[in-house]
This record gives sequence, C-alpha cells and structure tokens, in this order.
Amino acid sequence: MVMTIDAKGMYYRELNKMIRTAIEEGETEFVLDNINGQRYIGDAIKAKAKITIHGTPGNDMAVFMNGPTIEVFANGQDGIANTMNSGEIIIHGMVGDVIGYGMRGGKLMIKGDVGYRVGIHMKEYKTQVPVIVAGGCAGDFYGEYMAGGVMILLGLGAGEDKPIAGDYLGTGMHGGVIFLRGKVEEYQLGAEVAVMELDEKDLKLVTTYVTEWCEHFGHDVDEIMSRPFIKLKAVSSRPYGNLYAY
Amino acid sequence: MATELSPVSQIPPEFHVKVDHDQCRKCKRCVLNCSFGCMQFKDKVTPDHSKCVACHRCTTFCPENAISITDHPMVYKENANWTERIRQNTLKQAETGGILLTGMGNPKPYPILWDHLLIDACQVTNPSIDPLREPMELRTFLGSKPDKLEFERDEHNNVRLKTQLAPHIQLDIPVIFAAMSYGAVSHNVHKSLAIAANKMGTLMNTGEGGLHEDLYPYSGRIMVQVASGRFGVHSDYLKAGAAVEIKIGQGAKPGIGGHLPGEKVGLEISKTRMIPVGTDALSPAPHHDIYSIEDLSQLIFAIKEATDYMKPVSVKIAAVHNVAAIASGIVRAGADIVTIDGFRGGTGATPAIIRDNVGIPIELALAAVDQRLRDEGIRNQASLVCAGSIREAADVAKAIALGADACVIGTAALIALGCRVCQKCYTGNCAWGIATQRPELTRRLDPDVGSQRLCNLLTAWKHELQEVLGSLGVNSIESLRGSRERLRGIGLDKETLEILGVKPAGVGM
Amino acid sequence: MRCNTRIPSGCAISGMMCESGDRVDGSAIIKSIALMHDRSNGLGGGFAAYGIYPRRADQYAFHMMFDDFAAKENFDEYVKDHFIVERDEVIPTSPFGNITSPPVLWRYFLNVDEKKLEFVEDREYVVNKVMEINSNVPGAFVSSSGKNMGAFKGVGYPEDIGHFYKLEEYKGYIWTSHGRFPTNTPGWWGGAHPFGLLDWSIVHNGEISSYGINKRYLEMFGYKLELRTDTEVVAYLFDLLVRRQNLPMELAVKALSAPFWDNIDRMEPHTKELMTAIRMVYGGALLNGPYSIILGHSRGMMGLNDRIKLRPMTCGRKDDMLYMASEESAIREIEPDLDTVWSPKAGEAVVGTLNGEVE
Ligand code: SF4
Ligand code: SF4
Repeated sequence: MVMTIDAKGMYYRELNKMIRTAIEEGETEFVLDNINGQRYIGDAIKAKAKITIHGTPGNDMAVFMNGPTIEVFANGQDGIANTMNSGEIIIHGMVGDVIGYGMRGGKLMIKGDVGYRVGIHMKEYKTQVPVIVAGGCAGDFYGEYMAGGVMILLGLGAGEDKPIAGDYLGTGMHGGVIFLRGKVEEYQLGAEVAVMELDEKDLKLVTTYVTEWCEHFGHDVDEIMSRPFIKLKAVSSRPYGNLYAY
Repeated sequence: MATELSPVSQIPPEFHVKVDHDQCRKCKRCVLNCSFGCMQFKDKVTPDHSKCVACHRCTTFCPENAISITDHPMVYKENANWTERIRQNTLKQAETGGILLTGMGNPKPYPILWDHLLIDACQVTNPSIDPLREPMELRTFLGSKPDKLEFERDEHNNVRLKTQLAPHIQLDIPVIFAAMSYGAVSHNVHKSLAIAANKMGTLMNTGEGGLHEDLYPYSGRIMVQVASGRFGVHSDYLKAGAAVEIKIGQGAKPGIGGHLPGEKVGLEISKTRMIPVGTDALSPAPHHDIYSIEDLSQLIFAIKEATDYMKPVSVKIAAVHNVAAIASGIVRAGADIVTIDGFRGGTGATPAIIRDNVGIPIELALAAVDQRLRDEGIRNQASLVCAGSIREAADVAKAIALGADACVIGTAALIALGCRVCQKCYTGNCAWGIATQRPELTRRLDPDVGSQRLCNLLTAWKHELQEVLGSLGVNSIESLRGSRERLRGIGLDKETLEILGVKPAGVGM
Repeated sequence: MRCNTRIPSGCAISGMMCESGDRVDGSAIIKSIALMHDRSNGLGGGFAAYGIYPRRADQYAFHMMFDDFAAKENFDEYVKDHFIVERDEVIPTSPFGNITSPPVLWRYFLNVDEKKLEFVEDREYVVNKVMEINSNVPGAFVSSSGKNMGAFKGVGYPEDIGHFYKLEEYKGYIWTSHGRFPTNTPGWWGGAHPFGLLDWSIVHNGEISSYGINKRYLEMFGYKLELRTDTEVVAYLFDLLVRRQNLPMELAVKALSAPFWDNIDRMEPHTKELMTAIRMVYGGALLNGPYSIILGHSRGMMGLNDRIKLRPMTCGRKDDMLYMASEESAIREIEPDLDTVWSPKAGEAVVGTLNGEVE
C-alpha cells in the first residue's frame, strides 16, 4: 500500500507524526504532495521505507535518518542528511548549504548544484561509508573537515564564471576521498589536501556511483566518464601534529 | 662625585650558586660561559656568589646538570616597609654615591591590567569559526587612512579609485619588533630581527643607532628611527627604511636621554652611528629641534620631504599622564603612526628611579588615546601602535580589542633569543650575546638560529591570535580592533573600567 | 519600556520587489514570512513597504510609536517646531489574536521648512532630528522616516503583526519582512525589525559579531546608537557609506562584506587596488559574523550575506518580480512557478533595481 498525504498548509509536526505512526503500523511507502518548507522529514526514522516528495522540503530533511529512501522531485534546502546513519536520498534539483554534516553512512544523490560546506565532517565508521554524488557545482568549503566517505562532484554546467567548486576545498580534510570531474586551481585547495590521479580501483568506484547517478537522472554514463576526474585526499590523518607546544 | 670607600662591599649577594662536585666532571664549560666572572676554577669550580646575576648560562651548558642557582639563603630581618630591595639599594648608593642604574623593564608589582581583562567567545546566538580550516585574516596596514574614499569611472565605465592613499606598511601579523639600537644590542640581534621580520612579513626597528650596511638588503621590513642623538641618520638611511620613526620618548625612561659608553663604540658601531671609535654616544633628553608640537610637525614634514612622501612617519612617545592629548597633537601634527610605549617597557640602561616610577601602564594609555582620537574624529588619520610589555599573544589580542592597530615586542623577542631578563644589559656582559658588543659573547648568537626562534615565536602567536578570533566568531582582525564590547574587566574599579571602556565581567551585552 | 541592553536574535527574512514598479498588496509577504514561523519565537515581527503613500510621495512619512498619549502630546509640540506637519493620523490597526498592549501608533506626513535648510541638506536634517527624537523626546520613537514608505512592526509573530496592521490594504512595489527569535523578552515594540532611517530599511537574520567596533566606528561619525541592535548598525552603515560618502552601492557592499585578502591578491591590478583601499579605509565597517540582510530603499532592494555564508539566503525571479528569503519554500509559497532560483555566493549582493515608474 502506498500512503499519499496532501501536505498543503500542513505543519511539520502533524506531517511527521503521521509518517511515524504509519511506519510503526507497517506502512512502507509514502507519497507526499504539495510539500513546501516542512522541516525534519524522515528525522530519525529507523525502518525500510520509501518516501516520495513533491515540493520543496524544509530544513534538516533526513536528519539522523537510519534506513529509509527519500526521493525529492524539487530542490532541497539546507541541512539535508545531517548526521544521517543510513538510507538513500535522491534529489531532482539543487540543494542548499551544510549538506551531509557529520553523515556517517548512506547515500545522497543530487542532480544539480550544492551550496556551501557540503560533506562537512562526513565520516566512516566500521563498514559504513557515506556517499554524496552531485551533478552540478559546489560552493566554498566543500568537504570541510571531511574524515571519511566518498564525495563525487560532476561539475555539469561549470564554466568560466562558475568553477566546479569554490574555495577552501577540502580544508581540514583528514580522511575520505573526493572525486571532481574537472580541474581546480591550487589556491582553491585547503592546506590539508593533495591532488592525485585516479587508479584503477578509484575509477571502478567512480563508475559505479556515476552509473547509479545516471540511472536516477537520465544521463549517459560514457559521456560523463569521458572527461577526466581528479582525486583529492588528505595529506595526513593528523594534519595539526606540529601546531602545538607541550 | 661619589668617593669610593673600602674595597669590601657590605652588600650581600643576591644569588647562591651551588655546584654538585660529585656530579661535576671539571669540563670548565661553566667557567668559559660565565661572562660575569662568577664561575672560577681553583682545583674545582668555585663560584663567587656576589657576581652571579642568574643569567642561566652555566646551568644551560653544564653537561652534568651539576649547577643550581637559588636565592641567596641570607635573610634580612623581615620588614614590609624597609624591603630587601630598598636596603640593598641604600647600601649600594652609600658605597658609590651613584644613580641606581638598571636594565630591562619595570619589575615592581604594579597591577598588570592585561591580566584583569577577559575575552568573549561565541555560544549559540552566533557561531565561533574554525581558525584552522577557515580563513582567519591578520593582515594589517600601518599608516594614515582617509575617512572616506572617492571613486571615478574610467573610459570603459569601470569604477576606479580616485583617492590617493597615503603610504602604508602591510603587516602579515600585527606584531612588530621594538626599537633596539645597534649598540644596545649586538649586530647578530639586529640581523636575527631583520631576517625574522622579512620572513614573517612584519617590521624590525633600528632604534636610534643607525642601520648597519649589512642589513640594507632587509630594509623593506625595517623601520628606521630618528632620535635626539641623530646617530647614523642620513638621507640614504631615511630612504632605505619602510617607515621612519621619530623617537620622542621610551616607556622605560620617559624624558630621559641615552648614553652608550665609549667602550661599546667599536669600529662597526662607529661606522653605523657615524661617530669616532671609542667616543660616548650621548642622546639628549629632548630633540633640540623640538621644543613644542609645531616643531614636531616641522620635523615630520622634513622627513616626509626627504623621503618624497613615500614612507609613513611614526612618532613614538612614552605613556605619560597626559598621553591622550599629546597623541592627538601628534596626529594633528601629521604623524601617520603613533607608537605609545607603556611604563613597563624595556631598555638597555636606565636609572631605576625613572623606570620604576614614571609613566602609566600601556593598557590605560592605549584606551585613553584610542577614545580621544575617536572623540575628535581623527582616529583614521593615524595607526596606533602599542608597546611596553606585550608579553604574550593574549596581550596582543586584548590590546587590539582596546584599539591598537599593532603591538610591539622587545623583551619578548629577546627572551626568544635567549635573554633571561637578568636586568644586567647595561653592564655589556650579557652572557647570551644580546646586550653586549664583546665579540666572544656576540658570537654566541647565531642569526640563523636566532631568526628561526623569532619566527617560531611569531608563528605560535599568529595561531593563537587566530584561535581567539575564531572563538569570537570573526575572521578578520579588523573586527576585533577597537571592539571593546568583546572584553570584560575583572577585579577593576569603576574608574579604571571607564577609562578602559569595558564593562565588568558578569555584565552582558 | 525601552530596552537598553543588546539582544542577540536569530531570524527569518523575506523580501519581494516588482522591478517594473507595479504594486502588490501585503498579503503575499505575510504568507511568505508565515511559512518560516519556526524561525521566529513570537517576540518580534515586522515589515517595510515602499510605494504605499503615492499621494504624499514627496513628504517624509514618520511612523511613530508612543508609550502613551502624554508622550504623543509632547512630540506634537516638538514636531511643530521642527517640521511642517502636512497631515497626521492614527495608523490603522485591527485587534488581532496574540497582539497585546501595542503602543500608540501614529503617522505624520512632514515637510521641512526651507529656512531650516540653510546650512544642512534636508536628509541630513531629518537624520539629525530622528536621532534627537529617539534620544531626547521621552516615550517617542521613530520607526520609519522615509518618503512613500513605512515600517510596520511590533512584538508578536510576523504574520500576526501583518494582520494587525492590515497590510492587505496597502499596495507597494517592495515588501520586506522579518520574524524575530530574540534570546530574551524586551517587550518593546521599537526593538522589532525592520529598522528604518530615511528610506533605508533593514531586515536581518543572524548576529553581527563585530558589533562592538561597528558601533564605535559609527559613533566617530556622529551616529547615536540608541537601539543597540545589529540592524541599526547596518542601516547607519549604509547611510554613512552611500548617502553621506557617496560610495556606489556595489562598493559599499564590498566594505561590509569584504572579499578575503587571498582573493584580493589574485584580482587584476585595478580591482585589487580598489578592494585593498576599501578594506584599509573601511575596516571598522566590516560586518563580521553570520548574517543575511535585505536592504530596502526607494529605488530598489538588495540581499547580502556574510563573507563565509553562515546564514542562508535563496533568491528567485519570476517575470519582473525578484524574491529573496531565508528558505526557498518561503518563496515557493507565494510563487510556486519561478523562472529561476539560486543561492547567492558569500558576500555577493543580489540587487533589484526599479527600472520602471512606480505605478
Ligand atoms: S659546566 Fe658543569 S660539569 Fe662542567 S665544570 Fe661547570 S659544573 Fe662542572
Ligand atoms: S639581554 Fe642579556 S643582560 Fe640583558 S637581561 Fe637579557 S640576558 Fe640579561
């Protein structure tokens, strides 16, 4: 059974409560229509469920989420996948700032651009490896403090006036890996990262995720893979070893 | 003139040097290192306690850790009024009839207001910023700024700057090295400072003894000083500097001139100061072409004329009671930078009576001057640089919050080079090769090592300042500069708080 | 009761402008800010509207708040001495739910006697009078003082404030709004946003960490900061830089939200010179800390956020309408079908300019 909710004018508490109650009762599929600005959709839900959203969901979507799949047919706002543990999010549009903050697992597929501080302090834990794939370009501080996981940025729509990523790229990064489909200037990089070439394993990994991304958003894998990627990794897992005097 | 009395001094020694003869392997390093004649060798190391100044040179170089220095166990009968210091000084004067001479800064336990100021931090309502990973700007410009800028459009309708800005010095960290003359300190100290200033994007200051020809390559990072003795001042010197400073006074000795004894004036110093070898170098108390404020203006513009209006001109004064009004006059006289030196500032030699009793603390002077210049609407016309015992990065942060554009470090820089603040700089025997011209001693300071130590110190402070800015939630030093709202006073009376322009701790915004 | 301590607050902002000068009523902006209800806490809300007094477009419209009628009488004496009062009337309100104990709300349409303008130009005169009233006329507060515009604000949720002032009955070509989340209860209506001076109005989200020095900087130019709010600081900075010092708006914005030195160092020489000079000279005007603001003035609307984008802002366009808000949904609520939607970069101003005649 699919539960359809017309969220027009509905306050987020009511909406989220409806979803939670239904999940407890065994519901696994939801279609939310006329969403606009309701916060916390998917907050801390620990279950296998699919939530389809029509309209712009509010901030902190999928915060603490643990399992469900959310697909959004619009743009997203700020704070998506905040401290998310597992699950999958597909967004047919662009998103705002501070996406995937402290994300520990799960997958985030974004069709378009991402804002500032995306993937900030994303981390791995045991077998959990969070992944963010975005089709467009990113604002400043992409991958700030990144401690684990995989971020892929395809840079579709990048050009003269629109670099694939902003400044302070990977600043404070001490784990995980970033793949960019395009070049960045030396000055854009945080002090803690180095640019590397992809090895075979990397290429396989990127192809897998790009294929998945293309399935969602209808692009041609070969065409996307035909342009070279670069890989960013932390130079050290303890970048500030020399900073302190004891 | 004093008459020398009996050769036996009644003055008890200050320190006690203990050599553990079981550990000593008689390598005599201590004897070689001791420049004050305290460590002697007669079958075994035999210290003359009365000559020890606690400079730590012997303890540092003893391979066996066999030496320890303590206060001399001799006690004076307890007396809160007739303190040991006073009795000792009285004996000294009774024996010599002289003015008590000393070095370094004021050691008396006056309140240190830096330690009564606390810095704010962000919680919830505004976020702190991570200084390691986000930009955190310390860049500072010293020089005169207009109140407003004017613009014009060029033929392509692009906006262009119309206002012609006065000359400025760009600093990468708002901490510059103090004026210390070649003569007061060794050539190697000057060289260490020059290299470090160059590497760190800050300034050194020649002090009043001219600039040795070896250091001209660094002159883009050197402020050259013009003091009352005009030593080594010539047109090339003025043109070489990044800025020119007119020294009116110094915190450790306001209203007092200087005296470099002839013994220190060797060939190199003689060349640099442009005076004959072996002559005393006397700096008069005032500049004899400045008896009033309009004369200061005349000298400022003489220097600007000489340097083609390409260099900012600084005027350095000691923090005295009327400092705010004086500073205002200096700004109106055309100075681009006003440097104020508080009464805890250091020196190579000064009468103790002046050092310990004249002037006011830099914290109050700075606060009063910054507010006065703002009240008069002329704060932009000059940069405000504060000196006089800036001990650590926290002092810098607090000084900037009170309104300073930059801070000056002298003693802190010398400590980084090895100085132990033994206050014997005026003797010319500095065991660390700093305040001396004796070649066997100056050799002890390697400028490559010295400059690296200075760079390390500034690098550490830079990070610490960035930590403070980050916790304050700002990412540029100009957002802390003059932001007294981010300071609170603790244990201060109402009047002091008012002068500082800060609220007491516990009071919110 | 006036509040003399500074109160940090978080917030929601929303603004809309018709660049061709057509006017719309206030119901849309109420709807937009209402959507972000959870970003405010009922302790302050307000609106600024431009184009609302077309028949008195040449007169200074003073929106006043009085503690009581005695204060108003006092002010009536004052205003007669300093202005020509063309008309004065109560600001219409309708009792609305949660809105309690409003002050006396009155508006005055004023001209300045030529004789008073011998040594000072009229806007300067008005600014001086506004500051004089706010500091010296007891119980009186000028909530806005521009021409053909007004601020409507108070203690309450913004949507309630909007209905209280019957904004559905006004038509404007620019509307900005603010929902406030202060961290304590000042209970004083004047403290709500927007802050207005002449035709400047500011709504603002976030807290300015450089407040202390911004305030001292402005004081040096004779501004009296009565409210101790960030918003007041921002409005005065625009007044100083743009009105008094004639900086082009695009450069004033660079003083407030300055580019980083690293970026400046990479600019082409002319721009580098320009930006370096701006940062050197206007360091005291740099707004540091998290903020996004919407500035309204008679010729346009501008959105700006801080130099590392710590507060959100989304913009959208539909035909000749420009929208900006803390959240995209607040725009979609009133215009679901946008032509474009984007998030401006840190420190990059989004400018709406009136290119037609006001209807
Ligand atoms: S340096 Fe130490 S070991 Fe060498 S002679 Fe002196 S006390 Fe003895
Ligand atoms: S410079 Fe030398 S003599 Fe002067 S205090 Fe320091 S260690 Fe002692």
